[in-house]
Amino acid sequence: MIEKKQVEHIARLSRLVIPEEEKEMFCSQLSNVLKYMEKLNRLDTKGIEPTSHVIDLVNVMRGDAPSPSLPPSEALRNAPDRTEKFYRVPKIIE
Amino acid sequence: MELFRLGIHEIRELLDKKEVSPKDVLDSVFSRIASVEEKVKAFVTVTKDRAYDMLDDALAENTILSGIPLAIKDNMCTKGIRTTCSSRMLENFIPPYEGTATSRLRGYVLAGKTNLDEFAMGSSTENSAFHTTKNPWDLSRIPGGSSGGSAAAVAADECIAALGSDTGGSIRQPAALCGVVGLKPTYGRVSRYGLIAFASSLDQIGPITKNVRDSALLMNIISGHDPLDSTSAPVTVPDFTASLGRHIKGLKIGVPKEYFIEGMDRKVENAVRDAVGKLESLGAIPIEVSLPHTEYAVATYYVLAASEASSNLARYDGVKYGLRVEGKDLIDMYMNTRAAGFGPEVKRRIMLGTYALSSGYYEAYYRKAQQVRTLIKRDFEEAFKTVDVIATPTAPEVAFQAGEKTEDPLKMYLSDIFTISVNLAGVPAISVPCGFASQEGGAASLPIGLQLIGKHFHEQTILQAAYAYEQATDWHKRRPEL
Repeated sequence: MIEKKQVEHIARLSRLVIPEEEKEMFCSQLSNVLKYMEKLNRLDTKGIEPTSHVIDLVNVMRGDAPSPSLPPSEALRNAPDRTEKFYRVPKIIE
Repeated sequence: MELFRLGIHEIRELLDKKEVSPKDVLDSVFSRIASVEEKVKAFVTVTKDRAYDMLDDALAENTILSGIPLAIKDNMCTKGIRTTCSSRMLENFIPPYEGTATSRLRGYVLAGKTNLDEFAMGSSTENSAFHTTKNPWDLSRIPGGSSGGSAAAVAADECIAALGSDTGGSIRQPAALCGVVGLKPTYGRVSRYGLIAFASSLDQIGPITKNVRDSALLMNIISGHDPLDSTSAPVTVPDFTASLGRHIKGLKIGVPKEYFIEGMDRKVENAVRDAVGKLESLGAIPIEVSLPHTEYAVATYYVLAASEASSNLARYDGVKYGLRVEGKDLIDMYMNTRAAGFGPEVKRRIMLGTYALSSGYYEAYYRKAQQVRTLIKRDFEEAFKTVDVIATPTAPEVAFQAGEKTEDPLKMYLSDIFTISVNLAGVPAISVPCGFASQEGGAASLPIGLQLIGKHFHEQTILQAAYAYEQATDWHKRRPEL
């Protein structure tokens, strides 16, 4: 079971704010889904290799050749806040 | 003639014979949109003015798609055209580049960007931040999801064909529920460059069309290795139309017993069994097979997809693009932005994924699910030692009522029960119309889909079987009354 304190903790890790009145809902929904997922424990997977990817591609390389890229003005066009050629963010260092 | 009713190859023929002009085609499709879109609500953005402006350029390309209006799911980046993912987070996002799949559709004319469940997370399009798309066969019902807008637009003849994306069934399930053809290619067959990421090891772009031939045509165009997507497969692309019309005598069709389960809609089961019978009458050989880990697929998928999503969606931080909501400091800005920009289902999956990946739980959830994924993949490898194609229902039931499952996420997740294993194994699958379920009280009958699953990179085999079935039946000729 997921409790309210855990929802708050997971939300914090996820960089989300969950309003007080929705916390109960998330508790019960996440608990239900996690309980359903527990059926995986019925399977013995000792010695089974995990699959992260279905096709056998490893270390895909490309030539070290420069190619055109987006000009800064284009790359920055969707930025919520910018100055000159930079993204602008709230002050981090006191 | 109602040009909007036609598919790609039929329009191409009329254009080549100069029986109709490209402008006639655009006029027909956009007048159709004007008359039915208010009911169906398939689109987030209709790009009518641009379509006419671009028509001459499109014709100059002189390709098979030249001048043909297609709809694109709004999670594929289209340069200069707002791409929202049906999320408040990207409500005003205008991509500065074009994704690979759409850039390969040279000559096509964009009819519009279609609605989806926010960030492709859902099975009904009810999770769109903007509006719910309606099923054209019965407007009180959902069109499926997450590519519900694309499937509804094709079924309602608001475009000639469309592209969708499929992470756990998001092309095939809405195609089945809307009575059209939807194909999820082998993982790696189509580049994901420019597809807004949900679960990167599962996501794949594919066609949603009015018939099987158009599906093969679009597959010819969008497939192939792309250096911009390091997970795209460096394999040659056959001519997918070459196998169409070939007989299916002796083709071995696996029928997995785990896909005919208690509690599923009888009408769906009967229609799919009849479809297997039809394939048999065409010379195919049905063989019972077993995919023993099927019942673990939904749990496996929701651990893995949520984990990948929690990582992929970390990029929405109010800095580089998308929504920003100010706060007292940087962390506060992140949290306010994400609280306001994401809807409840996206938050749920991010939290689920964050939990599954967090310290102390990683082994129990994420690693365990990856191991079960191996078992599911092996089930298919084993079955494909004896059969060429596997036939199943695409969805356990016909289109459900809007609002029926929104309160219970787990119930919604289970509507992907027959499509999810295919993504986990990375194999290709197509859904084709295989019947209609009548409703009580004289309401319109609802479409049923047959899913045909193939071996890795054997799309031509499922297209061949699907085409043989389609040509022997009339289901694909029916259209909803709007």
